[in-house]
Amino acid sequence: MEVIYTGVRQTPEQVVETAIQEDVDVIGVSILSGAHITLMKRLMENLRAKGVHDIPVFLGGTIPLPDISEIEGMGIDRVFLPGTSLQEIVKYVYDAALNKRKKKHE
Amino acid sequence: MFNEEALEELEDKIRKWEKSTVVKSLERFRERMEKFTTLSGITIKNVYTPLDVRDIDYFDKLGLPGEYPFTRGIHATMYRGRLWTMRMFSGYGSPEDTNKRLKYLIAHGETGLSLAFDYPTLIGLDADDPQACGEVGVCGVSVSSLKDMEIIYNGIDMSSITTNMTINPPAPVLLSMYVATAEKQGVTYERIGGTTQNDPLKEFIAQKSYVFPPEPAVKISMDVIEWSIKNLPLWNPISISGYHIREAGATAVQELAFTIADGIEYVRQLILRGLNVDEFAHRLSFFFDAHINFFEEIAKFRAARRMWAKIMKEWFNAEKERSLWLRFHTQTAGVSLTAQQPFNNIVRTTIEALAAVLGGTQSLHTNSLDEPFRVPSEFGAKIALRTQQIIAYETGVADVVDPLAGSYYIEWLTDEIEEQAWKYIDRIEKMGGMLEAVKKGYPQREVTEASYRFQKEVEERKKFIVGVNIYVEGGEEEIRNVPLLDINQEEIERRQVERLRKLRMERNNEAVQSALNKLSKAASRNENIMPYVLDAVKSYATLGEIMNVLKEVYGIWVEPPIY
Amino acid sequence: MNNEYLYELIEKAKRNDKGSIGKLLTILESSPPEAFKLLDIVLRETKSKAHVIGFTGIPGSGKSTLISKLLSFYKKENCKIAVIAIDPTSPLSRGAFLGDRIRMQEHSLAPNVFIRSVSTRGLKGGLSFAGVAMIEVFDYLGYDKVFIETVGIGQAETDIMNSAHTIIVVTMPGIGDEIQALKAGVMEIGDIYVLNKSDKEESQKTFEYLNFVIESNELVGRLGWRPKLLKTSALMNYGIEDVMNAIEEHLQYIIEHRYFDSKAYLRRKLLVKLFIEKLLIDKLELEFERLNIEETPGLRNQLNVLREKIASSLKELELYI
Ligand SMILES: Nc1nc2c(ncn2[C@@H]2O[C@H](COP(=O)(O)OP(=O)(O)O)[C@@H](O)[C@H]2O)c(=O)[nH]1
Ligand SMILES: [Mg+2]
Repeated sequence: MEVIYTGVRQTPEQVVETAIQEDVDVIGVSILSGAHITLMKRLMENLRAKGVHDIPVFLGGTIPLPDISEIEGMGIDRVFLPGTSLQEIVKYVYDAALNKRKKKHE
Repeated sequence: MFNEEALEELEDKIRKWEKSTVVKSLERFRERMEKFTTLSGITIKNVYTPLDVRDIDYFDKLGLPGEYPFTRGIHATMYRGRLWTMRMFSGYGSPEDTNKRLKYLIAHGETGLSLAFDYPTLIGLDADDPQACGEVGVCGVSVSSLKDMEIIYNGIDMSSITTNMTINPPAPVLLSMYVATAEKQGVTYERIGGTTQNDPLKEFIAQKSYVFPPEPAVKISMDVIEWSIKNLPLWNPISISGYHIREAGATAVQELAFTIADGIEYVRQLILRGLNVDEFAHRLSFFFDAHINFFEEIAKFRAARRMWAKIMKEWFNAEKERSLWLRFHTQTAGVSLTAQQPFNNIVRTTIEALAAVLGGTQSLHTNSLDEPFRVPSEFGAKIALRTQQIIAYETGVADVVDPLAGSYYIEWLTDEIEEQAWKYIDRIEKMGGMLEAVKKGYPQREVTEASYRFQKEVEERKKFIVGVNIYVEGGEEEIRNVPLLDINQEEIERRQVERLRKLRMERNNEAVQSALNKLSKAASRNENIMPYVLDAVKSYATLGEIMNVLKEVYGIWVEPPIY
Repeated sequence: MNNEYLYELIEKAKRNDKGSIGKLLTILESSPPEAFKLLDIVLRETKSKAHVIGFTGIPGSGKSTLISKLLSFYKKENCKIAVIAIDPTSPLSRGAFLGDRIRMQEHSLAPNVFIRSVSTRGLKGGLSFAGVAMIEVFDYLGYDKVFIETVGIGQAETDIMNSAHTIIVVTMPGIGDEIQALKAGVMEIGDIYVLNKSDKEESQKTFEYLNFVIESNELVGRLGWRPKLLKTSALMNYGIEDVMNAIEEHLQYIIEHRYFDSKAYLRRKLLVKLFIEKLLIDKLELEFERLNIEETPGLRNQLNVLREKIASSLKELELYI
């Protein structure tokens, strides 16, 4: 597994562009500031506008429960709340990446 | 304090006890764990006795409350005189929203206000910066110019309140806005009171809301302190913070050691500027975490007071008694709260708050049960405040000073934590102090490793968290019916952006430019920037504009990855 | 993957569609048959235009930061630049943590800049191939400059560095011993030596030392070029323009001395070798993994098994032709 780390404080546009240039299998975003709805909406719109439909996106952070269905509705694959184990996250990433590659070969 | 004969007798008895009573007991039940450790990994025996504290000289290590080394508290009567300040962090949305909130708090008797800023403000961006989009007014109030500060304090008499501002790289700007607003109200400098967090080193270690590289960041922070010492006698220009270090996953020992090492660095820097230690030491304040491992936290607070007093007295030759005091604010541990079965968080916060009080804190913020999910709801914040009130008024723990002193365990643990913390401090001293250590990434790496270790211990079930790895039953849903703090983010952002647009049109832009140029030159000449920032603020230069000038001169920080 | 899809990617990449470029690069890293088809098209274009610049030096000397600052200057010149960052910050047990990008993220949205991180892990023998092939692809796609960042240790990275027209060695103050070591190795290859972090107090001493080493001809440049020594602070953004000017001066020099095209020629020739090498090494590694020495006792038998397998893989080469 390779992790391409962008550092903190990236705009949604930067995240999308980086994912595209690096041709990644999965995008992971962490937000703790409370701005997840606005930012994730912008990220997903940007991703779709660039014609990307096959990269799963997951989110971790302090997310109010009522927001989760809205976020999932945007096409975000998974939301992890505080208390999630590292194993669970790694397993998710692993499966999501394999899945994506399988689909690509179909 | 013990007589040698009695100790020898005890030693003998313990030997027998271990061979008979303990063995019998172990035959019936094995102990729950092979090894018991505190949250910080300090190994704990089954029982502590006078033997464990035989080398502790009472006068040297404890003394009396209000006397050196202040282990038992900085005041003689502690909470029998005045209770700790229940300082709850607030501030949200637009300046107008916060103004209303502050007025409400004041009407209910609060005089110590505490402002939370939104993320763009925290990192020095204007509300109309493209990077601020979606963040304006979310985790605190949005402040982009003096205009916003004037609105926040509209109708509030700034001579009769104090304000704690949680602000770091932009501290000179926010402090200037506060001072300029007070000045407009006719409040003289002698009466302006409050705190700026203004602690850059912990930003690099843990909190990560840095802007400038370490050296200029420290320089700017020292400018704020120096200027405040000379102009604002009631201002606490820095709050040296272990809180964020702990929240990032540090152990109690690391929190203590790194915070004290930060303090040492600042004291040195100020002395290098030609200040006398007794001129400023009493204005330094601290900020710690109260975590869930009850006794360890109490021991940490007691050790902190003792270490700081010793450092100020013996290393820096401070003479005034107040220079030796470690005054601190405490917040309960946000990281100890869980998203699972969130009502349990009330219990956690209660235990942590109790540790802070038994540890002798000067002020306390208790977290709200819903913080793993969101900015606290009013419902959650109220229970959190009531928790403190119950501890203060019902339990009786505030009626006696340092009640746990003399407990063999507590005294042993206080000593142990202190000893381990000194080891870290020695290592940092060898590197040339905390600024150098931070540049090398040393504390960053230590915290990262501790945090990873803890997470692994939880996943391997060597440490337990109810609802997470023991007694698991989901249960996040419990919280769903608790109403969220209702803010119309988009509307707030639109209004803030519009206000800035108008401001930029209506202000005297030549005056702004001239003030910014002067600031830039002063910064390049390495002068204290405070007077120039204050002038720029008064000309209605915005937060972002002032920060950009400083970024041009001082550069910006991109963190090397820590792994 | 069918041919149509590949051609479509190439067409879109030529119009600077970043997603398609990203996918082409992945092909070079992970899929030899497609890589072959792609390179076959790429190498039919005989004219090479891209100026390839290698940045090497010990980790932490400021290569990524310097590249980022150079990008700001080159962007003003309306130059199309690709960055290949072959510099895993940390080789983890089963993966890599790639952190060079952090320093360059301010350019992530620039239309004329493309940044790609390459891990030295996972690629095994294929790193040289992937690196050199990426240069060719960027050249083909009309990128004017290709920046390559590597710590410059190991055969693969040396191959890649040798494919660069201009080599910049980035060093920093206060590393006396390291300089001795560099002198023995990497230091011989630089066209331009950059003493970065010269905002640090100790820098003047290191500068004088380096200057002496260069002046006294202990370091001989490549192709008769006299190595240059420059001082920068990537952090405080000074000296960057001097680096850019030196790069351009070196470019003029190699064009005038007709080295520009010969370098490209050698690089392409090397690519042929690397491609075959990669196929063979991949095959050898695969067969080696499968080799069961209990079933085939004796070195003679073991070698024989491998020989047969490799021979059959040479046969597979025909598939490409
Ligand atoms: N003081 C100083 N630090 C620098 C300078 N350039 C880079 N750095 C710092 O050096 C560290 C390593 O930089 P990086 O570009 O990642 O180095 P690389 O490993 O060679 O790519 C980072 O912390 C940079 O901020 C400089 O000119 N002066
Ligand atoms: Mg690098």
